[in-house]
Formats: sequence, C-alpha cells, structure tokens
Amino acid sequence: MAKPRVKVPQSVKKGEIFEVKALIKHKMETGQRKDKKTGNKIPRDIINKFTANYNGAMVLESEWHPAVSANPYIAFFVRADKSGPLVMKWTDDGGKIIEATSNINVTA
Amino acid sequence: MKKTTIAFASVATAALVVGAWTSSGFAGQWGGKQVDDRRSGYTYAEPETRSMQDDDFQNPAMVWVDDGAALWNKVDGEAGKSCASCHNAAATSMKGVSASYPKMDKKLGKPQNLEQQINECRTERMKAKPYKWESHDLLAMTSFVGNQSRGMPMNVKVDGEMAPYFEKGKAFYNERRGLLDMACKHCHEDNAGGQIRANILSQGQSNGFPTYRLKWQKPGSLHRRFRGCNKQVRAEPFKNGSDEYVNLELYVNWRGRGLPVETPAVRN
Repeated sequence: MAKPRVKVPQSVKKGEIFEVKALIKHKMETGQRKDKKTGNKIPRDIINKFTANYNGAMVLESEWHPAVSANPYIAFFVRADKSGPLVMKWTDDGGKIIEATSNINVTA
Repeated sequence: MKKTTIAFASVATAALVVGAWTSSGFAGQWGGKQVDDRRSGYTYAEPETRSMQDDDFQNPAMVWVDDGAALWNKVDGEAGKSCASCHNAAATSMKGVSASYPKMDKKLGKPQNLEQQINECRTERMKAKPYKWESHDLLAMTSFVGNQSRGMPMNVKVDGEMAPYFEKGKAFYNERRGLLDMACKHCHEDNAGGQIRANILSQGQSNGFPTYRLKWQKPGSLHRRFRGCNKQVRAEPFKNGSDEYVNLELYVNWRGRGLPVETPAVRN
C-alpha cells in the first residue's frame, strides 16, 4: 500500500470548521469474486476500520464493509480547537495499519 | 443535486448567448471539452464522475501519476540511468508529448505509441527490463507522462510517411468484425449519445487515456479498452501493442484532434 494522500488547510482560525480529504490506494478485495483460472474464491481483503484522532481525541471512527470501492476516498469536517496533529489510521483485514499524520495549524 | 442542475442550466444559457453573438467558433455548452462536433467522453459522463475528474485530489488515478513521478527519477537497469538522466524535468520535456503519439519510429519503420516508446527507452537507453503491458509501473509512467500534456490539444501527424498506417487504422475502425458483425463506427459514430442498455455511448474519444475506469477500479490503457470493445462484439481481440491497435490508436487520436488531453480521466 502506498502512502495515503491527505489534504488539510494550511492554517485555520480557532473555532472554524475545516474539511479533511484523504485517499488511499487499496484493492478492497470483496471476498465475493472467484479466480477465473482456478475457480477458488479470492479471500476478502478490505480496509475494515478508519479512525481519525485530533489532538489525541477521537473525531471519527468508522467501520467499512465490502461495498466500499477500491482506492477509497473519504472527506469529513472537524472543528479547529488548537494546533496539533491529526492522525488518521486505516486498518485492513490482514491487520496491517497505515497511518498518516498532518499537523493542523490553528491561528487565533 | 439541485445545485448542480442550476449550475448546468446557467452554463447552457451562457453558451446560447455567446452562440447568438458570434456565429462562428461556437464551442457548444461544453466549452473546451468540445471542438466542432467532436466531444470528449467527459461530456457523456455523469456529473458525479465529472466532479471526480475535476478535483485532482478526488481523482484516484492521481495516485498512479504520483507513482509515475517517483519512477521517473528512479535509476534502473545496467546503464545506471533514470528517465530524468536524459529528459530532465518531465514538466518541460514531456509537455505535449503524449498528444502527438503514435509517432513514426525510424528504426522499426512503423509507428510506435507512448507505451512502446517508454519501453524502447528502457531496453535501449537504460538497459533495463521493459515494463509489462497493463502493469502498475507502465500505467503509472504513461499516466505521469500523459499528465504533463493535460489541457493541450491532441495533435497526431497523419500525413506523409504516416499516411498508410492512418489508412489502415481508418479501415479497421470502419470494418465489421465479430459475431455481432459490428464496426467501431456503429456505436461511436452512428449512435454516439444513444444508449447501449443502461450506458450512454460516447464518441469513443481517446483524449483521457490512461483512464481510471470505475468498473476496472484502476487506470487502464487505450489498448485494454480496444480489447474490451472487441470482446463485446464477440470478436477475437488483438494483443496489447499489436500493429492493428497502434494503427487504430493513430486513427482514433486523429478523430479527436483538437480535444484537450485529460489524462488521467475518470469514466464509469
């Protein structure tokens, strides 16, 4: 899995609501498909959990299911509180965790 | 949804006003995505798909473009070179390149498309292994190189030494094939804008390739698309990179002459 693409504003005013956009490359194998040559089921391998932490507090936690497309894109809104890291975590069926950290710069 | 509808209505009105004022050079409601009667596949796509393409961040194919940018600077092969060793910064050296392919290759004595040119560079200059067709690396590289020409008009040379290959491509385009006995033109010229079951037929323009197809969940080359079309009319598809498809690519790129390169486009 490649490094996720994350977009946050360069700086936000305190109390303002800002948008976070993130896109990650993942095949999101549903577990429903069969290998055309062997006839065996291709095992499920999807990202099943996505979380976002802002200054140590959970701002978003979501469970994902097989209907989510490959290379999933997510956008959500967070209210700026104080400067600090926004940590996003993607966990897949294999137990692999991909993390991306972006620093939120909050101005007064 | 309501917001989108209003936006389209106002674009259409604006275009009509312009059309009334200037009788020549009427661009239609699609602005730069339409040249004369030639319309990019973008104009046939759903608004949701178009908005994915419009925002570089939402466009999933941009991940491949980023990967291609990394490969551009990666030294590979016995010669100890990367693409950048000869071509320097892609932003200047590759600008407009993809819009002019396929091009005549003097040594081979026949036209080559972008994928083949990249592999020629790899085997002859870098002494590296060629990329496999439709592999991640080749798609990343073609998406990256194609992306440098974004917005520039498609402009292939079809006269002079290219003329015989152009004629072959044109013949292929108009030739019936497969169990369904259909030619490319039956869908993409005679019935563009009509429906094929639930899908809207486009003019089959090539200006967005490699294109991220939502159905494929990844980008794919023009030749993959050709193979898909051939299979759908129950014909035996040709190989990726075959002479037949390179000639067809030449003709199809000429059909879309003047349309802006959209690489990497997003389609359904």
